[in-house]
Amino acid sequence: MRARAAAVLAALLAAAALLVGWGASPASATTSGPVLFGTVTSDDKGVAGVKISATNDSGFSGEATTDAAGAWEIKTPESGTYTVVLDEATLPDGVALTADSGNTRTVNAFLGKVRIQFPTGESTVQTTSKAEQAVQLTVDGLLLGLILALAAVGLSLIYGTTGLTNFAHGELVTVGALAAYFYSAVLHIPFILSALLALITCAVLGALQDKILWKQLRRRGTGLIAMLVVSIGLAIFVRYLFLFFFGGGTQQFPEYSAQAGLQFGPLSITPKAIIGAIAAIMAILATIYWLLRTRMGKASRAVSDNPALASASGIDVERVINTVWILGATLAALAGILIGLTSGVSWNMGQQILLLIFAAVTVGGLGTAFGALLGSIIVGLLIQLSTLIIPPELKSVGALIILIVILLVRPQGLLGRRERIG
Amino acid sequence: MDWNSIFSQTLTQAIGVSAVIYCLAAVGLNVHFGYTGLLNFGQAGFLAVAAYGLAVSVANMGWSLWVGLVVGLVASVVLALLLGVPTLRLRADYLAIVTIAAAEIIRLIVRSVTFREWFGGSDGITRFADSFYDLNPFPGPVALGPITFSKNDVWVVTVGWILVALSSLAIWSLMRSPWGRVLKGIREDEDAVRSLGKNVYSYKMQALILGGVIGSLGGFVSAIAFQSVQPDSFSTDFTFYAYTILILGGAARVFGPIVGAMIFWGLLVFVGESLNEAVSKGVITFITTTQVGQIRFMLVGLGLMMLMIFRPQGIFGDRKELALDAR
Repeated sequence: MRARAAAVLAALLAAAALLVGWGASPASATTSGPVLFGTVTSDDKGVAGVKISATNDSGFSGEATTDAAGAWEIKTPESGTYTVVLDEATLPDGVALTADSGNTRTVNAFLGKVRIQFPTGESTVQTTSKAEQAVQLTVDGLLLGLILALAAVGLSLIYGTTGLTNFAHGELVTVGALAAYFYSAVLHIPFILSALLALITCAVLGALQDKILWKQLRRRGTGLIAMLVVSIGLAIFVRYLFLFFFGGGTQQFPEYSAQAGLQFGPLSITPKAIIGAIAAIMAILATIYWLLRTRMGKASRAVSDNPALASASGIDVERVINTVWILGATLAALAGILIGLTSGVSWNMGQQILLLIFAAVTVGGLGTAFGALLGSIIVGLLIQLSTLIIPPELKSVGALIILIVILLVRPQGLLGRRERIG
Repeated sequence: MDWNSIFSQTLTQAIGVSAVIYCLAAVGLNVHFGYTGLLNFGQAGFLAVAAYGLAVSVANMGWSLWVGLVVGLVASVVLALLLGVPTLRLRADYLAIVTIAAAEIIRLIVRSVTFREWFGGSDGITRFADSFYDLNPFPGPVALGPITFSKNDVWVVTVGWILVALSSLAIWSLMRSPWGRVLKGIREDEDAVRSLGKNVYSYKMQALILGGVIGSLGGFVSAIAFQSVQPDSFSTDFTFYAYTILILGGAARVFGPIVGAMIFWGLLVFVGESLNEAVSKGVITFITTTQVGQIRFMLVGLGLMMLMIFRPQGIFGDRKELALDAR
């Protein structure tokens, strides 16, 4: 049983290791948040020398000029809403933006790189049709869904086995990214190794958190609502601890800052996003294997089903719970590292996605790991695809509204069981 | 170390504007959580709709302040109905997630660029409460021993504490009435109350509306006191601090939120001021003044944890009267 668990952990670590190899780009240690980028083309040829500027409410302003291929990129300091303007006076003669799209874009840069289109000519406005956008957004949504799933499965497993609604789960995400940043940027360990070390660190932290805090509370017979409030206090404490030591800025991992997207037809995906997706899928598959095939995984499902009965049939409930905490913390840390790769590391990155994780878990059904997986993919797709209709800055609102609607029509979530609702 | 200034700041802030705002939010939460057992984590949303209702009416519509207050109250009742219909039949932790999501939806919408014309984006709306200050009966700043308030602040704080007193009085008498006993019954055992023929759903809805309306008074005080509404002052952390205050003072006690708010703000300001003093005087050299703010919030988080673990009934509460073990 121990060997199996070790094998699963090894698979998890291998998934993280995959992050390394391919996709390494020239190191640049700039401090920045999400990256705005795009390509200005005319008749399929890049347009060079076009000035593009970006500003936000808090006084940031950045400028870029397109290179020979028409590509441009502006690094931003933080997530937020940016106004991007293309200076039409710098367009060469004979090239003009399409009449109906204008030269100003307002974008909400939150996770990852944000592509901004400035179509030129008369007919090009249709070349990025709704259908092509939908394809790109579907891929983006799946990537976001996978990352959410890593965090959501852990949250759901912990909820299932202990009944704890853990508001400090977002901080497990943050600590993974911060640990990886510490190892790679401060100790100058190669990134792949840093990521592995971060996962091990977080596995230990997860085990310790359970042993030191939650196990003691369970032993005292603290109520579930009281534990929920304790987790809020813990989240506030830890978050400001991060801010104290890490500062308020957004930092990039030294080896993986800006990376050009690979083009697949209308699709643009960065190599690091592909590696990240593979790592996430491997970790999720390992978790599913653990749940369905290993003794410990089966025991964990038995405990979620009925702790008293599981205990009576000889399952060491406390050990199962501790293992679930280790697994949950490791998965959350992997999610944090993947978010850090695309949108940088900050002290409140976990808090920013906590509600999306909750939405994913609730849509799928609290306490069911497969529900969390399904819910995450749905929420990820929904967030990205909703930008076809609503402004991107409101895309999280769409996900939260769906959360409320799901609770209205199917309170137990898609895969949850009726008995779980009050 | 200038201890006089530290103590005077501490005492002033313990009964100052922030204490009033958080106190009203916590009195409202007391109806939800303390008496009825509803885990509303979206109290910030109630304050936000009230404050924005007032600000939009006065600044954008050009209506008078009094109409704005009515609009704000109506908005918070509507929010309570919208929230209550889907969630009040759900178990406590679902209710928590939905209310927190609703408050975030409100915050994201009012700070969005899309609705900037109405709500002013992340800058919010400013200068709309002049007609309130025109009614100010105080001729100038007021100093009572170490406590000093500016002319405008003393007016806001006076009105604020009158609102606290009135709403606390209302709750005190309501909770002694048969209506209040039904609420407490719901907190203790919903099914038992239902079997006595009471419409639990309707009572919970009434409690949600009452607590939301009291919370919205806090929204008005904050909008008027700062002459501004800003989306990020109504974040989820606001609700969490209000919970800390309620649990510190003691849930399900009329004086709980009042004493809680005074102690919370007194302590927060005392710790912040003394650390700031110590840093600027060079007594403490290893932290900066920015980090002092962060230490304060670490202490809030730690305090909330410790209270919940070791003394969940707070200062005044009765441990038996806490709906903390419902599943």
